[in-house]
Amino acid sequence: MNFFLQPLTLLTFFPLVGVLVMLFIPREQKDALRWTALITSLVTFGISLLVLSVFEPSNPDLQLVAQYNWITVANWDIQYYLGVDGLSILLVLLTGLLTPISILSTWTAVEERVKDFMIFFLLLEIGMMGVFLAQDLFLFYIFWEFTLVPMYFIIGIWGGPRRIYAAIKFFLYTMAGSILMLLAILWLGIAGGTFALPDLIGINIEPTTQMWLFLAFAAAFAIKVPMWPLHSWLPDAHVEAPTAGSVILAGVLLKLGTYGFLRFNIPLFPEASVQAAPWIALLATIGIIYGAAVSYAQADVKKLVAYSSVSHLGFVMLGLFALNSQGVQGAILQMINHGLSTGALFLLVGMIYEQTHTRELKLYGGLWKITPIFATMMLITALSSMGLPGLNGFVGEFTILLGAFGSEAINNSWYAGISALGIIMAAVYLLFMFQTMFLGPQGEVVDEAKSHGRGLRDLNWREIAIMVPLLILIFWIGLYPKPFFELMAPAVDQLVASVSSVAAR
Amino acid sequence: MIPQPQDFQAIWPLIFLTVWACVLLLVDLFIPKERKGVTALFSALGLALTLGFTLTQIGQGITAFQGMVVLDGFAVFVNALLLVTGLLGIALAYGYVKRMGLERGEYYTLLLFSVTGMMWMAQAADLIVVFLALELLSIPLYVLAAFARPRAESEEAGLKYFLLGAFATGFVVYGTALVYGATGSTNLVAIIERAAPGSENLLLLSIGAALILVGFGFKVAAVPFHMWTPDVYQGAPSAVTAFMSSGAKIAGFAALLRVFATAFPSISVDMTDILWVLAAATMILGNVIAIAQTNIKRLLAYSSIAQAGYILMAFVPYGNPDVAPNSIAAGLFYLVAYVITNFGAWGVVIALERSEGRGLELADYAGLARKHPLLAAAMAVFMLSLIGLPPTLGLVGKIYLFSAVIDGGFYGLAIIGVLTSVVSAYYYLRVVVIMYMRDGDPQTQREPFLDFTTIATAVATVVISLVPQFLFAWASTAVLKLF
Repeated sequence: MNFFLQPLTLLTFFPLVGVLVMLFIPREQKDALRWTALITSLVTFGISLLVLSVFEPSNPDLQLVAQYNWITVANWDIQYYLGVDGLSILLVLLTGLLTPISILSTWTAVEERVKDFMIFFLLLEIGMMGVFLAQDLFLFYIFWEFTLVPMYFIIGIWGGPRRIYAAIKFFLYTMAGSILMLLAILWLGIAGGTFALPDLIGINIEPTTQMWLFLAFAAAFAIKVPMWPLHSWLPDAHVEAPTAGSVILAGVLLKLGTYGFLRFNIPLFPEASVQAAPWIALLATIGIIYGAAVSYAQADVKKLVAYSSVSHLGFVMLGLFALNSQGVQGAILQMINHGLSTGALFLLVGMIYEQTHTRELKLYGGLWKITPIFATMMLITALSSMGLPGLNGFVGEFTILLGAFGSEAINNSWYAGISALGIIMAAVYLLFMFQTMFLGPQGEVVDEAKSHGRGLRDLNWREIAIMVPLLILIFWIGLYPKPFFELMAPAVDQLVASVSSVAAR
Repeated sequence: MIPQPQDFQAIWPLIFLTVWACVLLLVDLFIPKERKGVTALFSALGLALTLGFTLTQIGQGITAFQGMVVLDGFAVFVNALLLVTGLLGIALAYGYVKRMGLERGEYYTLLLFSVTGMMWMAQAADLIVVFLALELLSIPLYVLAAFARPRAESEEAGLKYFLLGAFATGFVVYGTALVYGATGSTNLVAIIERAAPGSENLLLLSIGAALILVGFGFKVAAVPFHMWTPDVYQGAPSAVTAFMSSGAKIAGFAALLRVFATAFPSISVDMTDILWVLAAATMILGNVIAIAQTNIKRLLAYSSIAQAGYILMAFVPYGNPDVAPNSIAAGLFYLVAYVITNFGAWGVVIALERSEGRGLELADYAGLARKHPLLAAAMAVFMLSLIGLPPTLGLVGKIYLFSAVIDGGFYGLAIIGVLTSVVSAYYYLRVVVIMYMRDGDPQTQREPFLDFTTIATAVATVVISLVPQFLFAWASTAVLKLF
């Protein structure tokens, strides 16, 4: 019993309770299924807040540790080892928040096979929580690979017309990367005699080997982020996924990649990280510019948002590999920001798509007058995504650029300079999108909807309720980010100090 | 030399099973034609009793009949697995043979004899016994493959399997002869004593060992000795294929593990490279060709070839005494994972198969998730396990294997292994895609034993992967005595 009452174990596996309950609810009772899933995910979010309330921000080490021997045979020492620290606490909260929001967004959007959908969704939450909390490489890998399976079904069953192609592409791409990481994990487990991450940090690995291991881990994470040029699965997966899937994909799953760099690559292979930093900064910068440019060229609004992720995640990577305190803190905050802003954008796009059944930008226009609440929310979200001062995106991107300018590891301020252009480009494509959809003459979708006799409606209470928490956080982080930075600062400082002490050698 | 009581102590479960099978053959004559299910139940009872007896032998170590036969942890582990295989084989066949009009009492007795042969193989400590066991396990399988006569595919499968099997046996015999020529003995312990590095005739020994490897390569369907597999697996009745693709592989690998680990470490320099190439080729070819398959039986046939490749990886570091125990334990563990998953998958195939070979195309699986969610979920679990994804036994097994291979320093092989796993994801997922993402109206047969086997193996695949400690511990203590 004690085992299940650990706060982090409870947090990770609580969704399983919902899954078990749902197994006994008949498929026809769709509302009962939806409520079960929603309540389960809300309780899970509640547990994550509980974890936050006992979390000590000043302590840079792992907290609330749950540690048991799991498999100990021959030369293996695999533990069930969960813990949370300043690097992961915010991402855990983000996961907890976005899951109920996504479930709420499917209320009318998912009518087919509701039972399967909700079960997969809660299973996905288990996987995501597990990835952020696992401190044993083996356990981490299991959770990491496990997230693939429900997401694959969510895209493949409830997605758009090309869903099967997108689902398989997503699956194979991600698996190809992560399986190389598996080999590196096994190597480390054999060399270090344990799979526990805290015990592996600081073991002496010679530089060449370190670089290979770094690359193997990076293969898994870079595909997930996705870093240019490994991003080609992303637009397909995003466009074909149902709205809730896109929200979780952009909001949380992409962060698994950046979090992986932060949690594993940097502390395990500090020398290799320092060596690789300029290259990663280069790829990140290319990604920022490329993603922004391609976004602008999209005719499909969901694709536009999808490509913008490539650009935004480029900022996160740039910040992480600045390898200084500002860069890393900005990167972590930007992960949260991206989850909120892009998550909100996908939600909004999904809400209008539910009514119009098209995402062609050129069919829209003049929606401001018809749907003012929707338009306002879209404007705030777009402004937050492009980094307007006073909203969350600005804080993250500014801190990252500050870090990247002064970074010794990157050692080239051009990257930060060019990346700053990405912010301007974001303004271009997002304002272009906003203008096309909401200003100007009324588009075809308006007449089309009228011809069906219902006309376009503004957001209903459920949809507003979905957006409000996200908007509150967007303003909160934009105006008063201090509490967020305080949560992560000690852990980040400790990480940065350990890396620079190694680099100085 | 008069056999001592302890000689029999080593093999009494085997003797029991043999006698049971012989008696059953006679009893079967008096069982009316329409009630052959009774024979099946008696066969299952025999296997279950033998399994019980075998489990009492855990922890014993006996060398019997002047070193011809041994009883050790390894043999007990493999025997237990083989008996479970036999039981699962009967459970899958019970309704299937009735439905397909194949129900004859010999089916079950042949299966029992084959299991006996496989168990001899696990306990063999002498190449002569290996040969006898090989024949005893193979001949009933040839008959079983052709059991659906007069269906041409089944007859073809039986004949093909027989011809190539006989050919393979020839390799084993000739290899045994050469090994005897090189060392003057067929006893595994004696071989290792006389084949110390630097002694003469090492070349002859190497050739002999290579020929034995070829023979068993046929049995376990390793590339390039795999040609018969897809045709035989497709042509044979599905229940037979399920049994054969598990049982024959276990026995073949058990013999290989014992022969190579105990008798041939001295020539590991030569053999390691050959095994490396065999494993790599098997993984690559099996997985790549499987992509093009549209028939579920052929797909599973190529998949079983590919899986044999993964198990073969466990042999590659056999010459390195630091790694070998782990790697062989990993091989055993993976065999268990493979057997459970494989039986489950064949169970689903059997549930969908209709007479005249209908219901075997991948397209026939469309819509299964809607109509029979449990069956589809079980199949999805098996496919995930064969790919090696959590939360399944296949993942744990693969990780164990890869870690042994990496520990042995064979990074190239490990990389080939993981990349081919990605390839395999493509075709295994296709089955899932068709079940879950396409609409259709699949016809299924619901039989209690079949349903139970399918669901039970699916549950086992997931649950054991979460608490694998006992199986790990058993597998790694099982191999300790070998070295």
